[in-house]
Amino acid sequence: MSGIELPRPGFARPDFSRRGLITAGTLALGGVALSSCDQLSRSPGFLNKIGAAESVTLNVQRLLLSAKPLAREFSARDISPTFKANGSLMPSDDDYQAALSNGFRDWSLKVDGLVNRPLSISMAQLKAMPARTQITRHDCVEGWSAIAGWTGIQLGRVLQAAGLKPNARYVVFHCADDLEPSLDGSGRYYESIDLVDAFHPQTILAYAMNGQPLAVPHGAPIRLRVERQLGYKQAKYVMRIEVVDRFDKMGGGKGGFWEDRGYEWYAGI
Amino acid sequence: MSNDGPSSPSPALKPAHEVIYRHTLAVRVTHWINLFCITLLLMSGLQIFNAHPRLYWGQYGADADKAFIEMMATGADPDHPIGVTRIAGHAFTTTGFLGASAGDDHTIVPRGFPRWATLPSFQDLAVGRRWHFALAWLFVINGLAYLGFGLRNRHFSRDLAPTREQIKPSHILRDIWDHMRLKHPRGEAAKSYNVLQKLTYLIVIFVLLPLMILTGLTMSPGMDAVLPGLLNLFGGRQSARTIHFISANLIVLFVLVHVVEVLLAGVVNEIRSMITGRYVVPPEVSQ
Repeated sequence: MSGIELPRPGFARPDFSRRGLITAGTLALGGVALSSCDQLSRSPGFLNKIGAAESVTLNVQRLLLSAKPLAREFSARDISPTFKANGSLMPSDDDYQAALSNGFRDWSLKVDGLVNRPLSISMAQLKAMPARTQITRHDCVEGWSAIAGWTGIQLGRVLQAAGLKPNARYVVFHCADDLEPSLDGSGRYYESIDLVDAFHPQTILAYAMNGQPLAVPHGAPIRLRVERQLGYKQAKYVMRIEVVDRFDKMGGGKGGFWEDRGYEWYAGI
Repeated sequence: MSNDGPSSPSPALKPAHEVIYRHTLAVRVTHWINLFCITLLLMSGLQIFNAHPRLYWGQYGADADKAFIEMMATGADPDHPIGVTRIAGHAFTTTGFLGASAGDDHTIVPRGFPRWATLPSFQDLAVGRRWHFALAWLFVINGLAYLGFGLRNRHFSRDLAPTREQIKPSHILRDIWDHMRLKHPRGEAAKSYNVLQKLTYLIVIFVLLPLMILTGLTMSPGMDAVLPGLLNLFGGRQSARTIHFISANLIVLFVLVHVVEVLLAGVVNEIRSMITGRYVVPPEVSQ
């Protein structure tokens, strides 16, 4: 706007050519502004700058969530009639297929990284641990929501059993599915959360959904439920849990499959 | 501040162009920042909407659930999709605008809102979210600054609160009649906002914009844990998303009317008053 020279008050009369000029100029400026927004949208440097809002959101929400409130838990009658399965629906990985074919009887969850006692936990052992059931809402980053009941073991218990080393900061979930076909493994799904979310009482490794064993499209044998964050954090087909002090050398360096493709690591919004 | 001294006894002695100081610096600065934020929030919001162009009512809602508003691409030929918008069960063909419009290579592709309405123009939910959440912070900070200045310098009580005279039904009816005839106040009456203008601004400032923020926060799973009352207030996350969309549309409607009024009332004078603060009072027309 500042480029437009404005007439002095004394000459302010209805002037249609000037009005036309201003309207045309505003539209032209708007057009230029919007095409430069597109240019900026392709610039990684600029996207990093406006991505700074993510850390503001993270810090503000962490402050507000410091009392560790629970995500809303619904009643059985609120459960969605159909829960949309999204992302991978059937991992093609050979080991996964082998484990699936015998009902995950010989399968075990690995827990390693910055832990005192690396673990390998079978399905039977997982189910023998104290379970938590919660009926919660799943919010996809695309905008839709679905409600389901999840039963599983609290992640905090598993991490306590393994014992965290002092420099442990993040928990990484390595999954069995390649959401994007790739030769170098860069399409393999993974996710990460920090210890605040890892030890939240509603953060569970779910092996049952709505009272049934978790189906393959929903992440069998186990999927992560980290309520208070969006759907892409809820990693399915979790095979291995790795405790790390940093994730910038892993995958695309952003802490998850979708994070490596531009989505926020903190998905609380 | 202003030179609106006692009015002259005779219209003939009135200065040809009386200039008043209409908008404080705080109002002017926050107005333009607000315009910037709302434009880009709207466009990045439509980008986000396009990732799932369906709206529901209640706690949940996804593909298998009944949509209240939906945009989709149909037709037997996938190379020539037909855009359809369905509102409460009524279907409209909206090819080229809603449901299906020109994609990156100018062929018609399934798209909720068209390229020219979204930020970025190409489909990229992650980038749309970055814009939206960065601008949302700026919008909130700017809005709080506006409220703070407005309370401190009595902007709301002095400029926006309708006077006792203005809220009389006869006055409101006359004001509606004047608006319908596109008759704009002149002279003394032009120095303050008319009642419809005041009520509209109050609704936008204290209803629609706060509604945008609250329904936006209700869509955040983190904020739902902090303030579970938000879910009760709006009847669920999906209801909040629908209200967010409707409220955004009402703001667009307000902006359209606002711009038309600026054009009718004198675009140069109106825009200048929002830049320099000085406003030339349209002289009374002799009867």
